Amino acid sequence: MRAALFIPCYVDQINPEVGVSVVRVLRRLGVEVIYPEGQTCCGQPAFNSGFFDEARELGRRFLDVFEGERFDYIVCPSGSCTTMVSHYYPFIFKDLPEERERSEVLAGRVREFSDFLANVMGVEDLGARLEGKAVFHCGCHQRRELGVLEEPQELLSNVEGLDLLDWENEELCCGFGGTFAVKMPDVSTAMADEKIRALEKSGADTLISGDSSCLMHLEGRLRRTGHDTRVLHLAQVLDGNYGKAG
Amino acid sequence: MATTERLVEDVETGKPARKRETKDRRQEGLSSGVEGFNDRARRAVADQQLHDSIELFTHKSVTGRNAVLGALPEAPELRERAYRTKQETMANLDRYLEQMADAVEARGGNVFFAEDGEDVVRYVGDLARRKGAKVITKSKSMATEEIELNRRLEEDYGDLQLEIVETDLGEWIAQLAGDMPSHIVGPILHMNKERITEILSGVSNEELPPDVEALGTFARRRLREKFLAADIGVTGANFGVAETGTICTVTNEGNARLVTSIPPVHVVVMGIEKVIPKFEDLSTFVQLLARSGTGQKITVYTNFITGPRAEGELDGAEEFHLVLMDNGRSRLLGTEFEEALYCIRCGACLNVCPVYRQTGGHAYGSTYSGPIGAVITPLLKGHGEAKDLPHASSLCGACWEACPVGIPLHDLLLKLRNQQVEEGLAGKAQEIAFKGFESTMKRPVLYKISSRAGRLTQKPLLRDGSVRPLPGPMSAWTDSRELPPLAEKSFRELWKEGI
Repeated sequence: MRAALFIPCYVDQINPEVGVSVVRVLRRLGVEVIYPEGQTCCGQPAFNSGFFDEARELGRRFLDVFEGERFDYIVCPSGSCTTMVSHYYPFIFKDLPEERERSEVLAGRVREFSDFLANVMGVEDLGARLEGKAVFHCGCHQRRELGVLEEPQELLSNVEGLDLLDWENEELCCGFGGTFAVKMPDVSTAMADEKIRALEKSGADTLISGDSSCLMHLEGRLRRTGHDTRVLHLAQVLDGNYGKAG
Repeated sequence: MATTERLVEDVETGKPARKRETKDRRQEGLSSGVEGFNDRARRAVADQQLHDSIELFTHKSVTGRNAVLGALPEAPELRERAYRTKQETMANLDRYLEQMADAVEARGGNVFFAEDGEDVVRYVGDLARRKGAKVITKSKSMATEEIELNRRLEEDYGDLQLEIVETDLGEWIAQLAGDMPSHIVGPILHMNKERITEILSGVSNEELPPDVEALGTFARRRLREKFLAADIGVTGANFGVAETGTICTVTNEGNARLVTSIPPVHVVVMGIEKVIPKFEDLSTFVQLLARSGTGQKITVYTNFITGPRAEGELDGAEEFHLVLMDNGRSRLLGTEFEEALYCIRCGACLNVCPVYRQTGGHAYGSTYSGPIGAVITPLLKGHGEAKDLPHASSLCGACWEACPVGIPLHDLLLKLRNQQVEEGLAGKAQEIAFKGFESTMKRPVLYKISSRAGRLTQKPLLRDGSVRPLPGPMSAWTDSRELPPLAEKSFRELWKEGI
């Protein structure tokens, strides 16, 4: 099995430790990991703001970079960026037959990290260990477009020492939404506060998600409001690596 | 606008007058600018009472909806069928409208095609003049809210001194308070019991107790007087059946029955997109509407009205008028926005929307709020008056998931954002930002250089592992949230070094 890593730009720049954990987990499973170094950003920020032409340019680049490699799957530690490639490339290239076809081929081969582990590799238990009480926040793209909701929780439920708790309104968005967080900061922050109230109520000491962008938002608000909740990406938990890299 | 307000001085104190929060919002209506979403949202977010009221309503609606839809195994199939029926209807809308008009006329009813709100106002106003009407009762109708029928009739036909009375309890209270509905289904969900008591006490000239039973009794007594005095009854239509000319209205208070059976004249104002081909299709849509809107298997009253009272029938109006209102809808036919016309106004997308749940409906500044409002307001009224609305969403997709007809609302919001960019409405700052973004991300070398530059410039800005609160555009983040710094080494650098 050969996997090409698609590391979202903000993971590359802000949370490289998440990428490192992905590599280590995949290698432990005997997956050959490659990292196409020409990759930058999939274009989602431009796309979400309505700048489709700019997003298409970056989409074309993404197709070029990954088509130049040999792999079985593209693996990405973000439900949101995976969705950009799997759902929204075909959407923005709808009227361009050549790119549409290319993007559809790639769409069939890109997998969110937990989806790849559970459904391609057939893994249930990675032998990870973490003491604590945690809630899992599923990013909205991962939940609704990808429908990968059970997989990460199944993987987490097999982490030794980890108590995975239910929390209120767990399906609600965290309020990040890309540029939404800065275009509508009051509403965005109020949305984060609602999640944080639910988190407090659950009694969890750890917040886990498969999307670093949701975590950046929730952690940013948690720290500002004086919470010391531990915040981890799923890959870090499965890898047993809880520190900062880089 | 802000400058003008500052210049206005309070006559008594001589100090700058503060914007009056209590002014009649109905006066603003759809014609008001909705560019101030952020301003209104900020006030809404800070309003704890509003937050509690919204939570109470949306929680109840969402739980109810999930329970009744969950208990219906064929729900996904119904949703699929509803989508396909709407799709087919829109493709042949002209034919179905004609069929419906013919059916209504064959039963002795009158049909009028109204291009816009102006046409509707004129039709209803002229009818009221011909009939010498004094009192008009109405049952809840978003179509007439959309065109501000009440206000415009009162203004344009002032000489008739019409008394127009909303008879849906929530709508009536909103009318008394001068509020716009803040939810498609629950027009006064923004009010608590105390506020309602205050409003009803105001019209009863006595102090009513803040007790649901007592308030209900007062409202019932007062509204019955109006029901009996009405000369014309105006309703909307939840559905209109092309095949039979039947109008279907669903209510829980029974007011629509009194509005359509007591006055001698019944006027239906129906958006042209509400037509469905066959009577049988009602089975699909009525099942979905009640479940999605209020979490009921079926509403308490589901009325089917086909034309005026026929010979041998015991009730119904003597005269029946169907006003088929376009008001910008037909422009969407055959476009990438056509799906916006599939909406059956159940309000489910509002209840699940995390933005609506924080702000309530008035923040949208338009008749229709929530995700569907953010989509159809700019489509019906143009971006000029609703530029902020397509951005009032984190694109989480909860609306699409909840929509009983499967409208991809978040994708339509994306397309509207794109339309703004294409029409040059996104603003220079954004245009420059995203050109720069594309340009950097297209060139790995530039990307790496900016990453290094970012790491150097952030050094003096770091404090306790976060970036200090920043001035300028980034303050929108750092005012309320910590900003993580760029890592010492990027993933690509770590990869090169060997993981």
